[in-house]
Amino acid sequence: MDMKRDYYEDVKLFTSGVVFFWFMVLMVFLAAYPFLVKNYYVYVANYIAINIIVVIGLNILVGYTGQISLGHAGFFAIGAYGTLILMTKFHFPFLVALPVSALIAAVFGFLLGLPALRLEGPYLAIATLGFGLTITRVIGKIEFFGGRQGLHAPELVIGPWHLNTDRDFYYLLMVITVLMTVGARNLIKTRVGRAFVAIRDADIAAETMGVNLVFYKTLAFAVSAFYTGIAGGLFAFVLRFIEPELFSLFMSIMFLAMVVVGGLGSIMGSITGACLLGWLDLQLRNILSLPYIGSWLESLSKSYFSLTGVSNIQFILFGLIMVLIMLFEPLGIFGFWIRTKKYWRTWPF
Amino acid sequence: MLDFIQMIASGIAVGSSYALMGLAMVIIYKTSEVPNFAQGEMALISVFFAFMLLGHYGVPGYIAFPATLAFAAVLGFLLEFTVLRRAKNPNVLGMIVITIGLEMILLGLVSWKFGADHKDMPFPISPYESFAMGKIFVSTLEVLTLFVALVMMVTLFLFFRYSKLGMAVKATQQNKTAARLMGIRTNRIMMLTWGISSVVGCVAGLLLTPVSMEPFMMWDPMLKGFASAVLGGMTSLPGAVFGAYILGIIENLFGGYVSIEFKSVVAFAIIVLVLCVKPSGLFARHYVKKV
Repeated sequence: MDMKRDYYEDVKLFTSGVVFFWFMVLMVFLAAYPFLVKNYYVYVANYIAINIIVVIGLNILVGYTGQISLGHAGFFAIGAYGTLILMTKFHFPFLVALPVSALIAAVFGFLLGLPALRLEGPYLAIATLGFGLTITRVIGKIEFFGGRQGLHAPELVIGPWHLNTDRDFYYLLMVITVLMTVGARNLIKTRVGRAFVAIRDADIAAETMGVNLVFYKTLAFAVSAFYTGIAGGLFAFVLRFIEPELFSLFMSIMFLAMVVVGGLGSIMGSITGACLLGWLDLQLRNILSLPYIGSWLESLSKSYFSLTGVSNIQFILFGLIMVLIMLFEPLGIFGFWIRTKKYWRTWPF
Repeated sequence: MLDFIQMIASGIAVGSSYALMGLAMVIIYKTSEVPNFAQGEMALISVFFAFMLLGHYGVPGYIAFPATLAFAAVLGFLLEFTVLRRAKNPNVLGMIVITIGLEMILLGLVSWKFGADHKDMPFPISPYESFAMGKIFVSTLEVLTLFVALVMMVTLFLFFRYSKLGMAVKATQQNKTAARLMGIRTNRIMMLTWGISSVVGCVAGLLLTPVSMEPFMMWDPMLKGFASAVLGGMTSLPGAVFGAYILGIIENLFGGYVSIEFKSVVAFAIIVLVLCVKPSGLFARHYVKKV
């Protein structure tokens, strides 16, 4: 289908003029977006953009390198708390605090990557899960990090600009998101990315071919943690208030669900997964006010279930999506897209 | 010294419920290589079934509890038959995602039906009854938990060792193709293991209900059970039991002597440390991969 004739063709960012055109259309749309919609939808876009950064980071680890992580809420928390602490207690400017705290997250990722060298499957799952729970618990118990009361984000000042509203923050966030996405896409096409893929497909074979397993596996964890840390730091400014309970195991599960639903080992998949589930997550929080099904659900809950627990429908829905995707299309939405594309390419035949 | 023994005693009691959860996970993992994250919620839904029978419909205990166990078994059969069996070329990540998805569905159903508030389970034994053994106080519930856990372990041991069905399960675990060639219906064995494991988990859940009963009650025991199973090597039944008691005791000692605040995370720190030294847990042979 898309045959690559030489190396440079493979690493090219835009494979054709059409792709470049649509990329430009997307950029223009993103720039115009805040002027087209209501304030709330700008907040939705910010929330989704953060999910996109995390999911791309997690996909580098899960989809490309083939390691499992159920502890990404931990890195997310490190990024969020690191940024706020550096800004309020040490008076770092935002643009320094954000990468520094992401680097701290990357160091933790490297440390978690060390035991992960020898672990796989359920062992790795429980180790990363334990890491995530421990980070949240430790942050919640230490007064320096605000304890259970949480932390408020300070005013965000970059150079001459004061970013007070969601609209102002939107542009900063979109620039970072696009940069991170392009960065990930390029990383995957380099020697490093190919080493990740080789490790995923067969780690022993990769090692025989000269891929340094210790280096690249820990690097995958560190890069993934870096992405998540950046997203965490930005998340603190989207919510403007963070507390330890936010970064629960459920959050890690949601990130993993977005990766799986979008498509393992694909950047486009990560973006779709994050958009779809992030949007659903926000919509389902007040499920009873949804048009059409809201009132039906209300009467259903009154007669058979309980009205107090109606918000738990989102658990059911997310669970169903995860199970169904895994059963019928293990490559997620991206796999579905690929199949559709293939089908239409040769259509009448 | 007395404190120390007291802590060990409550550690053993806590360890018993971890042991049951751990056993449940190992039974499934050994047969189908699925780390079953839905274990806790399978127990949860059975426990709330018992709650409905006892609390809403006033069914007497001697009918309600066996009915609950039967419900748990059917639930296990059903989940294996409808979901797990349908997975196409499953890998570990896929299985983890499927079981986490199941877990969220079950959790969502239970908390939609019953709300998030605490319930009072009409359990025959109150958690506040206790009696003195010498100078150590142990609660009746703890003794019951320990006793039931031991009975379950012995039953499982006898079942796997001496019954024809148990032998068939073991054969399937060792080599599925060979077992099928010998005339064992491996699909049914898979269903059976899910049923057994669901029942074991349900017993653990029932024993936890007098202390707390709400939709998130099984999270912690499930994770700790999983942790102890991993500590014991994930494929060894005695290993899971041993790991559970070790975790229970260490957790209580840590809570007593070092810091009560970090009591519940120390288990995971131990797990990571142990896995650094022995990547496949304490009791399993190191996993050798075919290339």
